Amino acid sequence: MKLLNYTTSYFAAILLVLLGIWAVIFYLEMLDEIYDSLDDGLDNQKMLVINRAKSDPEIIQRLNFEDGSYTIKPISNKLAMNFRDSYRDTLMYMQNEKDYEPVRLLETVFKKDDEFYKLKIITSMVEEDDLIEDLLFSLVLLYVGLILSIVLLNNLILKKIWNPFYGLLQQLKNFRLEKDQKINTVSSNIEEFNLLNTRIEQMLEKSVSSYNSQKQFIENAAHELQTPLAISINKLELLVENEDLNDQQIELVASVLNNLEGLTRINNSLLLLSKIENQQFPDEQEVIFNDLIEELKRDYEDLAAHKSIEISIESTSVLKHTMNRGLAKILLSNLLKNAIVHGQKQSNIEILISENSFRISNSSNQASLDSDKVFSRFQKNSGSKNSNGIGLAIAQTIAKKYNFQLKYFYSDKHNFQLNFPK
Amino acid sequence: MKILIIEDEQDMLQNMKDFLEKENFVVETADSVFEAQNKIGVYSYDCILLDINLKDGSGFSLLEDLKKNNIEDGVIIVSARNSLDDKLEGLNLGADDYLAKPFHMSELNARVKAVLRRRQFKGNNKITIGNLSIDLDEHEVSIDEKPLNLNRKEFEILLFFTSNQNRLVNKSALAEHVWGDHIDQADSFEFIYSQIKNLRKKLKAADADIEIKAVYGIGYKLVAR
Repeated sequence: MKLLNYTTSYFAAILLVLLGIWAVIFYLEMLDEIYDSLDDGLDNQKMLVINRAKSDPEIIQRLNFEDGSYTIKPISNKLAMNFRDSYRDTLMYMQNEKDYEPVRLLETVFKKDDEFYKLKIITSMVEEDDLIEDLLFSLVLLYVGLILSIVLLNNLILKKIWNPFYGLLQQLKNFRLEKDQKINTVSSNIEEFNLLNTRIEQMLEKSVSSYNSQKQFIENAAHELQTPLAISINKLELLVENEDLNDQQIELVASVLNNLEGLTRINNSLLLLSKIENQQFPDEQEVIFNDLIEELKRDYEDLAAHKSIEISIESTSVLKHTMNRGLAKILLSNLLKNAIVHGQKQSNIEILISENSFRISNSSNQASLDSDKVFSRFQKNSGSKNSNGIGLAIAQTIAKKYNFQLKYFYSDKHNFQLNFPK
Repeated sequence: MKILIIEDEQDMLQNMKDFLEKENFVVETADSVFEAQNKIGVYSYDCILLDINLKDGSGFSLLEDLKKNNIEDGVIIVSARNSLDDKLEGLNLGADDYLAKPFHMSELNARVKAVLRRRQFKGNNKITIGNLSIDLDEHEVSIDEKPLNLNRKEFEILLFFTSNQNRLVNKSALAEHVWGDHIDQADSFEFIYSQIKNLRKKLKAADADIEIKAVYGIGYKLVAR
């Protein structure tokens, strides 16, 4: 839910409760005031009737309301002594409404010439259900009006106020550390937004600089390691040609050489990774993947034949993309190499090319791999000691550079699939 | 054969010098642009190994000087800057080859000899060891005048070995030379072994005067019988 709608929904709920409570209180207060005023009116009428009764004996015998609003009938002394004035609500048939309608009734007694009379006075009263209905209607109108004005206010004013925030959010959404972008913040009159802007700018600056220095460090370290590695390997190559060495010593040198060569391979891979990340492959051209994989198949056929692995390529469409050709070659060859190295002897490697995807599958005696980790650097999935676990990480880095999606899934075979943006 | 190595890393320089001297080349060295300019101005060399990053300047400027003065020495750029741009710039400036550090000595040897061959035997380009003869232009091998049928990879293996005759060839150097960096991963030992085995069989069947000996753990050595 968006921030604006979120506050609006809170307002709506709070207003509903507040207006509800207010309506009840208002209704009760109003009713109380109405009764008060009706009862005062009845009281006044009582005085008038009693005064009139003193001078006009005719009205003493009004037993029914008929056209008047009061009745008088004599009662016994005994009843009169215990009688107290009472106000109550009752129903009475109204000619005009043709229905029973509520009326306010005052019952009282008075004394005239030593006789007691009971006096009933009525007055018509508010119809409560009508009152409630009217009240409810106005309240709903008020509520809807309030909500509408809040929504309007939110959209006009709040949106304007929150504008720098949403602008920042949009930029953060598209921000990629590795793409060396800048975030442009808009300064605002609101202190909190300015604080947010400066903090985000500082944090991003720090992240970008540590990301860059890390990249730079890997590249420099790998670069600096090349010369000592080369010298050590070359010195050992010279040493091992020495005729005085016995087999055991040669074996020792061989082992050191092998390890140094392994180190050189890791170093080269790291150097390649940082070069890709540092955008050092600018020239791009259209690469036709169908042709490229055929070419790579030829390069690798010795290695595949050695393991009696058959490579089959099935193309349903021409797959082409504009990218650096060298990187395209590394991408595909790392995937192919991975399939051959980890593929089972005497099995098939299937390559399927469609308009927007490239899939390579190989069978292996290994179970499904962890698809989250398979592309991590130095993630080794087999006991193969000459595999340094960077090949797939490099493939993934290249894929990301060009917004391809490289994923792994298992379905009897190990599948690596490249999906290309349409 | 005179070779000039221009390299400011002393250990590197010494390695190359020691190795090439064993091949009976006359090796001279320079560790700066200044020293190199002096030597190039006075002597002529069959092959110059040129580092790009020198302490007092860039190897590229030396290369430009050479071409300006019409000095026809063969040049192999030896650089740690393994980038395509450097390679292209070097080759455009007239270098004969480009070798990225780190490299194997046998690879350096093969490159130097290829440059020397190209410069010396313009046209008739043959290597002969005993009864084995390799025609580099036709990519043909014959033993006692009889053609030996080798596939492309076997041919390249044999050529690499002949460039490094009597020298120990590291198997990863061989693999990188013949298959590029395609088989730098697992299974390479076994794989190379089976490739060599086929070549040996063919050489033996044709009764060649050369033999590829295995050196345990390291690689192979081509020796003439």
